[in-house]
Amino acid sequence: MSTTSPGSESGHHDPHLAHHFENAEQQADSAKLGMWIFLATELLFFSGLFCAYAMYRANHPEIFIWADQFLDKKLGGLNTVILICSSLTMAWAVRAAQLGRRRALAILLTATLVFAACFLGVKGIEYNTKWKHGLLWGKYYHPHVEGAAESGAAPVTAPPAAAPDKAAAASDGTEIPPAAEGPAGLAPANAPAHEIPASAPKNVQIFFSIYFVMTGLHGIHVIAGMIVIAWLLRRTLRGEFGDGYATPVDNVGLYWHLVDIIWIYLFPLLYLIR
Amino acid sequence: MTTLLHCALLALTAAPGKPSFLMPREASTVAGEVDHLFYLVLGISAFFFLLVVGIMLYFVIRYRYREGVAAEKTATHNTALEVTWTVIPLTLALVIFAYGFKGFIDIVTPPANAYEVLVTAQKWSWQFTYPNGYVDKDLHVPVNRPVRLVMQSQDVIHSLYVPAFRIKRDVVPGRYNKAWFQATTPGEYQLFCAEYCGTGHSTMLAKVIVHRPGGFDTWLADASNLLKTMSPVDAGRHLYTVRGCAQCHSIDGSGKTGPTFKGFFGHKVVLSTGQAITADEDYVRESILDPQAKVVAGFEPVMPTFQGRLTNEDITSIIQYLKSLSAGPKGGGGK
Amino acid sequence: MTSVNPPPPGEGAAAALAVGGDSYLSHAKGLRSWIFTLDHKRIGVMYLVAVLTSFFLGGVFALLVRTELWTPGRTIVSADTYNKLFTLHGAVMIFLVLIPSIPATIGNFVLPLMLGAKDVALPRLNLASFHLYVVGAVFLLAAILTGGVDTGWTFYTPYSVTTGTSVILTTLGAFILGFSSIFTGLNFIVTLHKMRPKGMSWFRMPLLLWSLYATAIIQVLATPVLGITLLLLVAERTLGIGIFNPALGGDPLLFQHFFWFYSHPAVYIMILPAMGIESELISVFSRKHIFGYNFIAYSSIAIAVFGFLVWGHHMFVSGQSGLANMIFSLLTFSVAIPSAVKVFNWLATMYKGSIRFDTPMLYALAFIFLFAIGGLTGLFLGALATDVHLHDTYFVVAHFHYTMFGGTVIAFLGGLHYWWPKFFGRRYSERWGKIAALLVFVGFNLTFFTQFVMGSHGMPRRYYNYLPQFTPYHQASTIGSYILALGFFVMAGYLAHSLIKGERAPANPWGAATLEWRTSSPPPYYNFEHEMTAGDPYDLDTVRFVSRAEGWVPATEGAGS
Repeated sequence: MSTTSPGSESGHHDPHLAHHFENAEQQADSAKLGMWIFLATELLFFSGLFCAYAMYRANHPEIFIWADQFLDKKLGGLNTVILICSSLTMAWAVRAAQLGRRRALAILLTATLVFAACFLGVKGIEYNTKWKHGLLWGKYYHPHVEGAAESGAAPVTAPPAAAPDKAAAASDGTEIPPAAEGPAGLAPANAPAHEIPASAPKNVQIFFSIYFVMTGLHGIHVIAGMIVIAWLLRRTLRGEFGDGYATPVDNVGLYWHLVDIIWIYLFPLLYLIR
Repeated sequence: MTTLLHCALLALTAAPGKPSFLMPREASTVAGEVDHLFYLVLGISAFFFLLVVGIMLYFVIRYRYREGVAAEKTATHNTALEVTWTVIPLTLALVIFAYGFKGFIDIVTPPANAYEVLVTAQKWSWQFTYPNGYVDKDLHVPVNRPVRLVMQSQDVIHSLYVPAFRIKRDVVPGRYNKAWFQATTPGEYQLFCAEYCGTGHSTMLAKVIVHRPGGFDTWLADASNLLKTMSPVDAGRHLYTVRGCAQCHSIDGSGKTGPTFKGFFGHKVVLSTGQAITADEDYVRESILDPQAKVVAGFEPVMPTFQGRLTNEDITSIIQYLKSLSAGPKGGGGK
Repeated sequence: MTSVNPPPPGEGAAAALAVGGDSYLSHAKGLRSWIFTLDHKRIGVMYLVAVLTSFFLGGVFALLVRTELWTPGRTIVSADTYNKLFTLHGAVMIFLVLIPSIPATIGNFVLPLMLGAKDVALPRLNLASFHLYVVGAVFLLAAILTGGVDTGWTFYTPYSVTTGTSVILTTLGAFILGFSSIFTGLNFIVTLHKMRPKGMSWFRMPLLLWSLYATAIIQVLATPVLGITLLLLVAERTLGIGIFNPALGGDPLLFQHFFWFYSHPAVYIMILPAMGIESELISVFSRKHIFGYNFIAYSSIAIAVFGFLVWGHHMFVSGQSGLANMIFSLLTFSVAIPSAVKVFNWLATMYKGSIRFDTPMLYALAFIFLFAIGGLTGLFLGALATDVHLHDTYFVVAHFHYTMFGGTVIAFLGGLHYWWPKFFGRRYSERWGKIAALLVFVGFNLTFFTQFVMGSHGMPRRYYNYLPQFTPYHQASTIGSYILALGFFVMAGYLAHSLIKGERAPANPWGAATLEWRTSSPPPYYNFEHEMTAGDPYDLDTVRFVSRAEGWVPATEGAGS
């Protein structure tokens, strides 16, 4: 893609140095600064979700406490360990690239990919379990989990958000939500009576909406990271990075660490509520 | 000079009962305070605008390019000047903020003995429910009495706005937002929806009727009794007018958001599914309670449900009224 | 770093590009050389074409809106169509025009040149940014062609979740455009940190660069929040996650908070570069050093930072708490002050100057007039009590048009006319430039000033139908919009003409001291013959006038340095 870049005939002997930089250090610094800024944008991107989490949790702690029982801490903990290991292999890979050790680099990048795949696998198991039990987001929340509550209370009945047919119609045409709970007497006459079981609080589906959006978005970033790491692997196998030129590996490493850090925040917030 | 200023101020400012060049007439207890702040900010703005533009025009004329005359080197910064022209605007800004905040507290804090009216907003009409249960399409209030509005939306965000009272509040589904005012002058005032809500946003209007002392109670008593003393057809016509049906259904054959009621009852209608049915009592009742069930072909499925908002007697009256609109040369038209 | 074809020694830079000379425009030929270019100048020009095309599209929507409002009730379109027209006008103007405008067009072209650099730090990212713009624009076009969208450009829930129009295409388009914006900002930050030339400390940078830096900070930090907001809206519509739906336990106001957290800083993305251009124009056309450089630089950063803290002033009547209202109102006033003070700085710059009335300066003067009105009317809206009355009325519409159009677009036009000779090596007709500027100024004021009065009288915005008493105001406004359109047609005419028949421009036609004027007009693809050293960008004694054909040259020598 540099066919028309200005000054390409200036004949730099450093094949990695772009024409518009004065030296390799300036180029590497620029790339790194660029990556750090990009990571800041990713952080801001997730911040909206963390805000939504904070807001809903502050206003409805009972939902979070109740829903937490359906998240498998062991699997979540396993995933945390997996990702930390992948960060380790990634950091190690950066070092290998800086030392020009191509074989080690290839192995470590592969290991990172393997760990990432395991992470996704575990996530897949968790998502599948939730699907089976109807513990999905928003309007698809139809739980049917037998004896899930630790206290041995009656099987979870569907906490009503809205009647299922109304919920299904929620996103097309004009939808009339039932009035929020206000002072007595202000609900419209003949409003459909909501059945409120003793154990589950209302609107538990909000938790699962947040859960799926946050882990889903994180998962998409893991997949994107895997694609980029695979690209690095391909370049490694084609002989690049052998002379100590490590900038791409370095910067992808930074990205990968961010993906890891985000999970490290997600894990306690979603899994370790109680 | 002072008379000139006085006249200018009089001409420019609004007063109770009198609109000005810039503001509608002041018709509530907070309107005066809001207007005072408005004119204060206007005065400050006008002063600074004239200052800035005046200096600018003076400079471009006085220091325009002239052959052989070079620009003069002046200081490139002057701390004292820069601090001064930062501090003075900042102070003025804080003054404006303070008045704004105080006025706002008055706008949102109702007195204790306020008369409460429930407001329901829907696409695209307003319903006002009075304490005795009577529902009207307009807001009637007594003069010189604080009125508190408790507002809910049936669908999307709307906003209740009465310019003459200087009040506005969003009406948000899923919660109750409140507003209050005390009207100071009997009369009729415009109420707008001020949050975009779709096709009929600009026709979602209502009137605020401020009654003279004693007039409000009389009006409410008469209005509430209407249905008890009317024939079913007349009652149905009244409901058609005040419960929002008129917004979307005409009675003269013209096309609106929904099918016209003229000649509707008892005739065949084709549904969006292609099925053809007769518009009988059951169909009308079903369409009022579950409007999306059978939608007439060629119309959007946007009718809100009146489940819980119309009694069975109300629905029966409406059916009778619709029948009257199909009843041949004599019975057609109604109003 | 010597070029392949250095100019003959001793001749001015202008001579180096006599007819047939090699500039960035002629250097490589063919469509592919443009589509895959890494040259920031070409990317800037492509952005310019794209942004001006989008401006035309948004302008057509505006004229349709104003024509419909000639009479109350139906004039030319139905209510549904009208609602789509104002939505698309807003979405196109904000996402396709105003946000990219100055940074992506003038910024891309001029920033590296002002740094004496060969390109931005990350040229491939720059190209990616442009292609993302095109993709985003295609999505918006697809939305228009599949029936349009009628939510208002603000996409408030629940209406945007339930309406049947092309919301998803539009929001995905805006999402992609957001990345285009982020990448531009990211690039500028890295470039400014890493590629300043010898002699250019932070406080020796031209103020345009300070403003682009502050803008880039906002682009990078605020736009991702819009991204997640739009993504959640799409998820709400497609998957029913319910986060904004009260029936499913969600909160419609959460959307507003998320949305405005980006969209308020967004208006500073629009105005900061405009103020940067203003500093350049006022200084050069008054022949004076800018007054209060440090303050202007600091105030740009201050506006960027404070701009993040005031989003709630769009929600004063939404039902949020009184405490929140109070804090947002207070902070809103604080962010007004730096902007106001800049105006005083510009006036002080003009003091005892030697003021010329070339077209760029006419726009710079118009900016002061129009932005003053826009900014001052913001005071009415920042104050809680008056905002209750004025919110969601035409007063707000007039306020933001005075700031975004009267501010950003006017400054953009000033910058366009200022750097036009640098971009294309041609002068345009001064006479027609002045005529168009007058038409734009008069047309603009006629269109929007009456809207303040309508608004304070209670005319709500986004209204298809209106009460008959507002008719004269609307009609005056509509007439103004046609005069405005005429001004733009005239402008398009003489600018296009200049590309074909315009007088050749010298390297420095205006006598500025920033580095972009030290290379030919248009520049060679490699930007500069020699490594550049920067001095005081506002020391206008460093250049002297020679002739109209040769323009201004460095005061030390006759030849280009």
